[in-house]
Amino acid sequence: MTDRLTRLLETRDWLLLDGATGTNLFAMGLEAGNAPELWNFDFPDRIRALHQGFIDSGSDVILTNSFGGTSYRLKLHDAQGRVHEINKRAAEIAREVADAADREIIVAGSIGPTGELLVPVGPLTHADAVAAFEEQGRALIEGGADVLWAETISSQEEMAAIAEAAANIGATLCATLSFDSAGRTMMGVTSSAYAAMQDTFAAKPLAFGANCGTGASDLLRTVLGLTEAAPDAIVIAKANAGIPKYVDGAIEYDGTPETMAEYATLARDSGARLIGGCCGTRNPHLKAMRAALENHTPGERPSLETIRNALGDFSSQDDGTGDAPTPTRERRSRRRRG
Amino acid sequence: MSDEEDDIVLSELSNEELVQQMHDDLYDGLKDEILEGVNILLERGWAPYKVLTEALVEGMRIVGIDFRDGILFVPEVLLAANAMKAGMGILKPLLAETGAPKQGKMVIGTVKGDIHDIGKNLVSMMMEGAGFEVVDLGINNPAENYLEALEKEDADILGMSALLTTTMPYMKVVIDELKAKGVRDNYVVLVGGAPLNEEFGKAIGADAYCRDAAVAVETAKEYMSQRMHNQ
Repeated sequence: MTDRLTRLLETRDWLLLDGATGTNLFAMGLEAGNAPELWNFDFPDRIRALHQGFIDSGSDVILTNSFGGTSYRLKLHDAQGRVHEINKRAAEIAREVADAADREIIVAGSIGPTGELLVPVGPLTHADAVAAFEEQGRALIEGGADVLWAETISSQEEMAAIAEAAANIGATLCATLSFDSAGRTMMGVTSSAYAAMQDTFAAKPLAFGANCGTGASDLLRTVLGLTEAAPDAIVIAKANAGIPKYVDGAIEYDGTPETMAEYATLARDSGARLIGGCCGTRNPHLKAMRAALENHTPGERPSLETIRNALGDFSSQDDGTGDAPTPTRERRSRRRRG
Repeated sequence: MSDEEDDIVLSELSNEELVQQMHDDLYDGLKDEILEGVNILLERGWAPYKVLTEALVEGMRIVGIDFRDGILFVPEVLLAANAMKAGMGILKPLLAETGAPKQGKMVIGTVKGDIHDIGKNLVSMMMEGAGFEVVDLGINNPAENYLEALEKEDADILGMSALLTTTMPYMKVVIDELKAKGVRDNYVVLVGGAPLNEEFGKAIGADAYCRDAAVAVETAKEYMSQRMHNQ
């Protein structure tokens, strides 16, 4: 049987994803340094309220409160032995809220990075990473998640491990990278390289794209790169609500509901079908995005100029794709390896 | 070209060529070749400090420039830093014996609540690559950790890192604590992390915001040379 997300996408051109988990939980009293995932037990009502707020604001897809739910993240809170119960509970809470809604809501099981560096640049082996993601993924599916949803990943190796875990579980995967370094991920992956990578994964993601990163302009440039390289793919856009600013001792994102609404329609015109917000995105942003997408008449693919004028300048001149020459350093004759 | 012609025998190179080759080998993250190069230069009678600055530090400076400019990314820099570290392993005890001049000492760590340390580790390695002494406090540091270490180590520079917007404000808590103790001006305070920006660095009273590890090294060097002049 196909998963619910695939079926819903057969009837809809676009779906609205949810907003920021962290930003909203901090507004509910979560303190820096505490694991949001533990709130699935300590304050389940607040997690329900988080999901309910997104659904009431128009989200079609909600992410479970399990981003840091691998053993590698939980061990920093001494909860590495609770991977199964924490992730299962995260999915159960989201499922319960989704099923009570008067329209179909997809529950996506959130998977974030381990925070470890993988072989070859770090010590975490592929097999260990697969095992960690599999442990988390199984619990999410068992708790009622419709699909697995990997976010804020930066390396090909880590995404390959997540895809293999999804394949082992037999779960549908959606997968986004964070392109935050001159249009590439921290590990140097470009949008076009990420699109090309999809066929190499053990489970080919149903949808892939970008989340978080630098600002909405950069994220849309990445989306343009992805949809150009893979015109038939289902592409995800989940941008931050602007740039974080320091105001009166706290951090606030400067993106308004109006700019996020504009971003949402530009994301649609850029070819994204799954559109939402990452850090800083709250219910008023989502409401504005929903209204804008519903009233939007599809337009041409925006130029970089259009994006810049609407949402502000890019963080770097180019993003490592297209015709721009890749800068290299002239060196002496390269040594022969081995 | 055949492999034969392509291969380079390090011991047959002149000093100048060897140093250049080592810059390239660092760039390519070739650890064994760096170890060999360091040993050859030492055998030729180079002072450990000269090997450090001319071969390793200069090589890492080039890596830093290309990281800053978006030519190299984290994986390449990590490989280069690992090669550099291997070379440092040989030089460190020798440097201690010969009493070589020091660039300065940095205490670094991610702030309370923040457990993301890839960026911090990168800064740590690049600083070592530039000849600084680095005391790494790891992750999740309350203000007292920084204060204790700065005093105990007689450090010059405090480096704080945060990846989360929710943990960024804690940097101000640390700086305010330094001020309260009357020791703020004893240290150069550098801050960094993905969500930060220059405006934030100023707002919390840091000396500088460093966009990436390469900028951190350049900034630290600038401040250290200013300090030398002022003393």
